[in-house]
Amino acid sequence: MKHTISVLVENEFGVLSRVAGLFSGRGFNIESLSVAPTLDPSISRMTIVTSGDDQILEQITKQLNKLIDTIKVIDFTGHDFVEREMALVKVCAEEESRAEVLRIVDIFRAKVVDVTPKSYTVEVTGAPGKINAIVELLRPLGIKEIVRSGPVVIGRGPKGWKSS
Amino acid sequence: MKLTGSKILLECLLREEVDTVFGYPGGTVINIYDDLMDYPINHILTRHEQAAVHAADGYARATGKVGVAIATSGPGATNTVTGIATAYMDSIPLVVITGQVPTALIGNDAFQEADMVGITRPITKHNFLVRNINELTTIVKKAFHIARSGRPGPVLIDFPKDVQLDSTVFSYPDKVELAGYKPTVGGNARQIEKAARMILEARKPLIYVGGGAVLSDAAQGLRELAELAQLPVTTTLMAKSIFPSRHPLCLGMLGMHGTYYSNMAVTNCDLLIAAGARFDDRVTGKIATFAPNAKIIHIDIDPTSIKKNVRVDLPIVGHLNDVLQKLADKMKEQGDKVDALVERTHGWRSEIAEWKKAHPMKYTPSTSVIKPQFVIEKIRELTRDDAIITTEVGQHQMWTAQFFDFIQPRTFLTSGGLGTMGYGLPAALGAQVAFRDRQVIDISGDGSFQMNSQELATLVQYRLPVKIVILNNNFLGMVRQWQEMFFDRRYSQTCMELPIDFVKLAEAYGATGLRAEKPDEVEAMIKKGLETPGPVIMEFRISREENVLPMVPPASGLNEMVLAS
Ligand SMILES: Cc1ncc(C[n+]2csc(CCOP(=O)(O)OP(=O)(O)O)c2C)c(N)n1
Repeated sequence: MKHTISVLVENEFGVLSRVAGLFSGRGFNIESLSVAPTLDPSISRMTIVTSGDDQILEQITKQLNKLIDTIKVIDFTGHDFVEREMALVKVCAEEESRAEVLRIVDIFRAKVVDVTPKSYTVEVTGAPGKINAIVELLRPLGIKEIVRSGPVVIGRGPKGWKSS
Repeated sequence: MKLTGSKILLECLLREEVDTVFGYPGGTVINIYDDLMDYPINHILTRHEQAAVHAADGYARATGKVGVAIATSGPGATNTVTGIATAYMDSIPLVVITGQVPTALIGNDAFQEADMVGITRPITKHNFLVRNINELTTIVKKAFHIARSGRPGPVLIDFPKDVQLDSTVFSYPDKVELAGYKPTVGGNARQIEKAARMILEARKPLIYVGGGAVLSDAAQGLRELAELAQLPVTTTLMAKSIFPSRHPLCLGMLGMHGTYYSNMAVTNCDLLIAAGARFDDRVTGKIATFAPNAKIIHIDIDPTSIKKNVRVDLPIVGHLNDVLQKLADKMKEQGDKVDALVERTHGWRSEIAEWKKAHPMKYTPSTSVIKPQFVIEKIRELTRDDAIITTEVGQHQMWTAQFFDFIQPRTFLTSGGLGTMGYGLPAALGAQVAFRDRQVIDISGDGSFQMNSQELATLVQYRLPVKIVILNNNFLGMVRQWQEMFFDRRYSQTCMELPIDFVKLAEAYGATGLRAEKPDEVEAMIKKGLETPGPVIMEFRISREENVLPMVPPASGLNEMVLAS
């Protein structure tokens, strides 16, 4: 089962490799990982998507908690949260397909951020499912390159992580 | 007044009440060594950095204090790795300080550069690179706090040369702030109450104690609980010294080379109280048949240990001595239920006594060749109760665990988690530095001894009267035993062809060497060895193909023991 976990860590040198090393050293799988400082610049927030059964997940969260630099671990499974990912897709766009690309971009409320006579580069944000969907539609037109950020998530409701 | 980084480090060590460090100098720590001459800190120069860390580890295990080791950058630092990993696996509090090339050169493949923070990340509880003199005191303070609190462990401080030379005003923080690190120590009261209820309802209860009990000095709490409710106690290798071997409730060690009766008790118990133990595979054998009928209570300071390998019915996170003490108190409130429990479990204890009678720990004595078990028994007879025994890794380690009686906590130092050959001699050195007047004995095989035999020089230099017992079978015995039992006696690379003259080796270093070849020489020689001042090697030419038995073959259940060859 897929799990999305937020880890708040001290914004210290080497933290990212500690977290990543914990996963690789124990044979846990990381599907995606994104990280940046929070409102408080001394704290970074990572969003990690991983998978495994309940027992593996329990070990993952316990091990993350055990790292000295970890301040809080939130497993969003079973909780209500907003999830967004961004992708940049460079897609072939010559005469016959230019209009089709724009039509798809429009439907998905995506944005064209770079244009050449042969291509469009499209910026799209949304839940990972939405991104998968637009990628599937663009694929037959010829995708030259794609880059995805991996999801970031935040809990729904008025409370911040400190009170959650 | 401003102080240099290297002086500040030493000031910090004084504040942490460090009086002894183990180490080996080099270019990137030469300033620290220079300043050390002006500080009231004892330095023990080992002959190898691995040994410096093992020595600090032995010092820590014997005293309960944080051990400290220093090494230079690059090769000095990488030589510490086995020592650090050994301490990590057995949760030993250490602070290891390594020199590092100047910050401007880090990452440039400078001379004697190694990425120690990267290399030791998976084998330290935490590690630090000091990038700036202003963070030095906080880092040292944090390092000691992290090393000794919660589940203890080694912490590495990588200390670049330019930061050692830089200077600032010294002031030692009196508190540490670590937002995310707050180990739970108390143990949840409701869970403890529930545990008490489970024990009071049990029919076949058993306590299974691990090394965590030694680390948290839980002898008192353990004994109180066991005696109060008459609970039989089995221990891991690491916990051997925590519960007196001769206590009527003591079943000895469980697991691969545990006693028959311990393993039968585990297989048949209906409640297993795991205390500071982590269900290592050497202990459980095949998981599916481990304590198949038992509810499991698991008490540990480290939440990650709980439910890692086996299902647990009741987890309690907390400091072991605390939790056991509270558990005993909770039960005392219900005196008549305790009486009923003791009454009800009488049959269980007799059942265990029957197993003990049917298959006690034994070996076949001989009058023609020296049996290793006989040597161990004789050493036991002739040593003091507070003697500190260290071992290397192999058959001799298991024979020591099986045939030596331990009476006092922190008297048995052995590498359990990593199983490091070469641990015992430097660990003995460290323990002897801590306790100059106690008997310290390293029980070794001929193979393991040669992994750090250079430390004989350190023993002689510092007049450390460690006694080294070599059970010489001219084999890498434990591996040979596996080859005999599971590989058709194909002894690939386990015969140490060259017979070494250990007596001469001892003499070459200025120590004493003694040798026994016949059983009737054993006792007199041990006496002589123990009485001879200074370091002594006592070599026993033992029967070459003796096996450690009983044994649970790998991947078998604890109830599938091989009892005799
Ligand atoms: C550093 C290291 N290398 C290899 C091993 C694997 N190993 C485990 S026991 C053993 C043999 C030990 O031989 P010896 O020290 O002579 O003791 P004996 O078993 O004969 O008592 C070996 C090679 C180990 N545990 N540690």
